[in-house]
Amino acid sequence: MSNELAPLSDPGLPAHVHRKADTDPVAEKRAEQQVAVLFGISAFGTLLFIYSYLFIDTKSFVFIPVMGNTNAHQLGLGMGLAIALLGIGFGAVHWAKTLMSDTEVIAERHEMRSEDSDRDAFVVSVKERAEVAGLGRRSLIKRTLGLSVGLVGISPILLLGDLGPMPGKSLEETSWRKGTRLVTDPGDRPIKPADLEVGAVAQVLPELRPGQKRTLNDIAKDAVLLVRLRTEEFQLDAERLSWTYQGIIAFSKICSHMGCAVALYEQTTKHLLCPCHQSTFDVTRAAKVIFGPSARPLPQLAITVDAEGFLVAQQPFNEAVGPSYWERS
Amino acid sequence: MSARERVTGTVANYVDERTGSAKWLKKNLNKVFPDHWSFMLGEIALYSFVILLLSGTFLTFWFDPSMEHVVYKGSYQPLKDVEMSAAYASALNISFDVRGGLLMRQIHHWAALIFMASIVVHLLRVFFTGAFRKPREFNWILGIGLLTLGIVEGFLGYSLPDDLLSGTGVRIAHAIIQAIPVVGTYLSFFAFGGAFPSEIFIPRIYVVHILLIPGIMLALITVHLMLVWYQKHTQYPGPGRTEKNVVGYPLMPVYMAKAGGFFFIVFGVTALLGATASINPLWLYGPYTPGQVTAGSQPDWYMGWLDGLVRMAPPWETYAFGYTVSWNILLPGLILPGIIFTGMALYPFIESWITGDKREHHILDRPRNVPNRTALGAMSLTFMIVALINGGNDLLATHFDLSINQIMWGTRIGIIVLPPLAFVITKRICLSLQRADRELVLHGRETGRLVMLPHGEFVEVHEELTPEKKWLLTQHEQAAPIELELVDQAGVRNPKSFRAKLQARFSAANAEAVAKPTAQELKQLENEHH
Repeated sequence: MSNELAPLSDPGLPAHVHRKADTDPVAEKRAEQQVAVLFGISAFGTLLFIYSYLFIDTKSFVFIPVMGNTNAHQLGLGMGLAIALLGIGFGAVHWAKTLMSDTEVIAERHEMRSEDSDRDAFVVSVKERAEVAGLGRRSLIKRTLGLSVGLVGISPILLLGDLGPMPGKSLEETSWRKGTRLVTDPGDRPIKPADLEVGAVAQVLPELRPGQKRTLNDIAKDAVLLVRLRTEEFQLDAERLSWTYQGIIAFSKICSHMGCAVALYEQTTKHLLCPCHQSTFDVTRAAKVIFGPSARPLPQLAITVDAEGFLVAQQPFNEAVGPSYWERS
Repeated sequence: MSARERVTGTVANYVDERTGSAKWLKKNLNKVFPDHWSFMLGEIALYSFVILLLSGTFLTFWFDPSMEHVVYKGSYQPLKDVEMSAAYASALNISFDVRGGLLMRQIHHWAALIFMASIVVHLLRVFFTGAFRKPREFNWILGIGLLTLGIVEGFLGYSLPDDLLSGTGVRIAHAIIQAIPVVGTYLSFFAFGGAFPSEIFIPRIYVVHILLIPGIMLALITVHLMLVWYQKHTQYPGPGRTEKNVVGYPLMPVYMAKAGGFFFIVFGVTALLGATASINPLWLYGPYTPGQVTAGSQPDWYMGWLDGLVRMAPPWETYAFGYTVSWNILLPGLILPGIIFTGMALYPFIESWITGDKREHHILDRPRNVPNRTALGAMSLTFMIVALINGGNDLLATHFDLSINQIMWGTRIGIIVLPPLAFVITKRICLSLQRADRELVLHGRETGRLVMLPHGEFVEVHEELTPEKKWLLTQHEQAAPIELELVDQAGVRNPKSFRAKLQARFSAANAEAVAKPTAQELKQLENEHH
């Protein structure tokens, strides 16, 4: 590994070439004026900024080709700021490039490594000082110090304990119970089978008990999608078929992959598609995954109707909804 | 002495008597910085960070990081009387009812994109020119740390407004945390203060976004720059430039003016983008609710590759002993990124192990002269680009009327096939460029001028290169591979360890090159001509 085969020796820095402004006083003057004009443009930009802030109404719009209808206030402020900043920037760079010295300077570089003598002296003094502290000898002190520092280090971790509750079984539970009515979202109206035409989709939530309030945490587990097909279109086993009602089938709307809302339904193919990662579920086959990264079908909610003819859940979900987790069985 | 000089002198004297800074400043005002456009990439990152601090501070004056439910009463009519979180309502308030608020929000978001983009391009420059070699390995690792923090910081930033798009992103991040074996469920409950989405997550990530991560980044950037200063900047090869010197312009005034001016240019361009190019129009998305999603949900570009990997992952999950392992999430969401980032951080050490080169390097490589490294870079980049393309597969499908399933299968196969292909092609291109350099040095530049000789032969006139150019094309070192000694000096067979064999193997592949012209060859050619 050497450079001995290099055909030529380093010719050294090329001769300095003067710029026009270095030799021609007219060019120098012109460069100076250009810099001044750029700084002047910057000042104009700030004036535009101040004017926009004070005098352009925040609700006024202008039509700009390509951009369309644009808020004049924000546009004025932004353009003013941009002009002000760019003027200073281009002015300074132009100044440096045309008028300041462009002679390259050579500085020496030294190896990062310290001199051997310095290194040796350093080691000697560290050893000396360690000797003074008796670190090598007093192992009892060393060990107890290690123990106490280690223990103190644990306390802040302990303090984080109240960041959250223990999960417990909460991930397996939803608000769906036997007989819980399905209500529209939004609107909270109970649904009769006749409300849903063949081919229709609806998002539903469990009916609230009086005085109960629905949180986003509830929706994140309870959201259910209803799809109505013709009964003969299903390819389900007897149990799953008994979970449908007159062609209406209900799935958890929370994707079994990463928990997005499975919101896209394609009527012709009867596929549900999650817009986040394109997992595709076949409604006719109990939301079997037919494409994409999801590994499990969407959980199916068993439904029927109550005495008044409204759709209700036959039973809670028989598995956890949403994305997988370690303890999920 | 003029009055101004007297005042300056008094102030300078006051400061110097208390800090002794004159000596340090005198030395460092002459600090030499080499000049090259590619050295401005890191500068753009630095300046964007400053812009982010300034615009971010402005936004904190009005942003309310609370998930408390409020009814929107602001001036944006389509969402009037809609129930939403206070965070989203205050983001709308900044966009519509604070003068200059929308501009600042857009500047902040654009600056974040530019920040990440400039970090990535800066990283590529450092990688392809070998600037990470000794003594700059620490700075390489600091850079990887900053890149990682930047990705997290950006993600938290666009999660804050609590709109439908950002909430969807948080939902996905939550699923990744939850998928971690054994502790995932607990980690997610601790991070979110309960189940998703909880009412405390936004306030928590707010303090991480505006204080914790920026603080750490500021510290890392400071060390990063101090090391650049202390170790002196690398320089491109050229006449007069050696491993023992730095050729460039002094800090004062040239570099100060250029760098200072460049800060204003970067800020100005960001302001121009903020003024004219709409970004993250969160009022169109509506407030977050877990039961809804917008079609075409996309993360910011620096997260896009991760989302692309997640999308293309095979649907693998294993269930054993009552426990679930979601490979479809872990593999693309944690394991692959972990391997990629660890590999990046370790690369300087891997390369120095392969080449056996433990010397300092301050002259940058021309990428063609290090074909394996360049090919590896092209390979990694291809991997990332295929992943990024798949991150936008839904938009590609709708915009170009393609089948999403075909795009997905294309990228699934492409991510395995294309990177090795990129490696091979890039390596061949590098070697061809080396051959072209050799031709140039030996035979000069083709002028395109045809001359007919007296006996009727046509020849093209070649123009000899200048000595400077010849030096540039031949100054690099061509390392010989590390040889594996199978028999030691005493003639005893030396059973080399697996590691040594591996090293020799890599080293041999690494040393593949087109021999650069030697002095003898040039001499010989000259003799033939005269």
